[in-house]
Amino acid sequence: MSGLDLLRFASMALRGHRLRTILTLLGMSIGVGAVILLTALGEGARAYVTNEFMALGSNLLIVLPGKTETTGNAPILGGTTRPLTLEDCEAILRRGRRVRRLAPLSVGSARVGYGEKRREVTVLGSTPDLLPVRRLEVGIGRFLPEVEIDRGAPVAVIGRTVQQELFGSENPLGRPIRIGDWRFRVVGVLAEKGQSLGLNMDDVVIVPVASSMRLFNQASLFRILIEVGAHSEIDAARLDVLDILKERHEGEEDVTILTQDSVLGAFNRILGALTLALAGIAAVSLSVAGIGIMNVMLVSVSERTPEVGLLKALGATPRRILQVFLVEAVLLSTAGGLLGLLVGYLGSAVLSQAFPAMQTHPPTWAVVAAIVVSLAAGALFGVLPARRAARLDPVIALAGR
Amino acid sequence: MIELRGLTRHFRVGDQTVRALQDVSLTIPDGDYLALMGPSGSGKSTLLHLLGCLDRPTGGSYVLDGHEVGTLPEGELAQIRSRKIGFVFQFFHLVPRLTAAGNVELPMILAGIRPSERRARVAKALAAVGLTDRASHRPDQLSGGQRQRVAIARATVMGPSILLADEPTGNLDRASGKEIIELIERMNRDGLTVVVVTHDPEVGGRARRILKLVDGLIVSDGGTA
Repeated sequence: MSGLDLLRFASMALRGHRLRTILTLLGMSIGVGAVILLTALGEGARAYVTNEFMALGSNLLIVLPGKTETTGNAPILGGTTRPLTLEDCEAILRRGRRVRRLAPLSVGSARVGYGEKRREVTVLGSTPDLLPVRRLEVGIGRFLPEVEIDRGAPVAVIGRTVQQELFGSENPLGRPIRIGDWRFRVVGVLAEKGQSLGLNMDDVVIVPVASSMRLFNQASLFRILIEVGAHSEIDAARLDVLDILKERHEGEEDVTILTQDSVLGAFNRILGALTLALAGIAAVSLSVAGIGIMNVMLVSVSERTPEVGLLKALGATPRRILQVFLVEAVLLSTAGGLLGLLVGYLGSAVLSQAFPAMQTHPPTWAVVAAIVVSLAAGALFGVLPARRAARLDPVIALAGR
Repeated sequence: MIELRGLTRHFRVGDQTVRALQDVSLTIPDGDYLALMGPSGSGKSTLLHLLGCLDRPTGGSYVLDGHEVGTLPEGELAQIRSRKIGFVFQFFHLVPRLTAAGNVELPMILAGIRPSERRARVAKALAAVGLTDRASHRPDQLSGGQRQRVAIARATVMGPSILLADEPTGNLDRASGKEIIELIERMNRDGLTVVVVTHDPEVGGRARRILKLVDGLIVSDGGTA
């Protein structure tokens, strides 16, 4: 019996029980489809986060007040942490040889108003260097003016959404807005940016950092963003900055400095684990589908007992009977696997269409694993029924018992 | 040529031993036409299964064409069934999803014969049983007599020397049964050794030789004339 004859015989047997075959295929394809789709989702999330970070450039240091032992995680605030001050920024700028530019960041939330309109908005306090450091662009007008870091100025740059909500079609440049009880003059509007690192940059107001700290009565900065000259210098720059701050903070290491790599590494680890967890959940459904195949094949062997007897009477060896049923199981699982692949790819295409920001592409390892596992599932779960068929006594089988 | 010497077949049923065949000695020359008759449970089907190498004897010797086959492993018995023996059953045992041609082709597929040769032999076998125009019909589209003729074509397509038929007319009306017996007789005249198990005295009466079994023992062996 040639391989082609075996395949033909098996496919005819499967076509003989159309509904049962379709239902088993469905089970298998859902299992494989789930693996493909869920791992694509996990990988998509990872690519999304990586892109978000890479958009900031790879030579960024982020200084946070407070100390944590593990890099990559947010520090637990509290204890005797000294504030991060504008003087710290000046010291870093003055003495940090590898520092190209620096942007202090203070964050608060305030009601922003123009005329009769009011809007609750995130207010960022920073310096003109925030523009290159955060890769922002100005749509109209200009960004924050160059003033001394510890001197505020009553000027503000607003996001696109803030502009549309407060000013509508009116030109906002030169107009006064209220932030809390303070008055600021709009000098520029940011170009549309959307979500960036969890913050909607279209719905912010940016003011000079000293103004913002006074506005929110803050003693400490939220972050200091430092851009280093070259990626290769990032570790040395981190140590420089740490030394400077340690010296200024009476010898105590009470800040955390994250590098882009460490944050990205932490996210990659978390999202990698998430992808594996999703793959694990999907694998459960795949194994359920495999057991479904075994069940169908056992039913098939028991229904076709007289046929097995006949095949033996016609000269089929036990080995041949084993092959016939095994090929049938593998054919079933492989067809289900291919169908699942189609379902997975279609599903991720639909997701990519629905959420263009997060491109979901099934990872190659998951596709290969799904095909191999579906093949193996057929062989593994097909062995028991096939062996049962091969061992049938021809006389008893012919009698249909 | 079939030679049985002191053949026995015992089965264990619970803690009891059932002696289905006891000390059966028998010679069936090539081209013989033998009817196995006897009441239910007399051992005639057991003897037919042993003759067809579907079962192994508990004791004694079974020599087929000069070779002892009673002790061969299953793989070699399968080879003998494929090349030397054709089976016809009371309930036809056709594969329902295959056409008449597909059913006839089945033993050749199992034996690994090339597709082109298979097609030629299927056409010849179906022509020999008068079913050329029913080649593409499935079993549920055929009458009982036609189904049994497909089964005979399948049993003979590999060119066996022995045809074993277990109640071949048991599930057919009288006219169809008569046609089937005539077909088998024609094949016997062409040189095929035929062994038929039957309850029907009319079918048995047409054989050249009748072997009567009672309780696993041969009680008579003689011609019908």
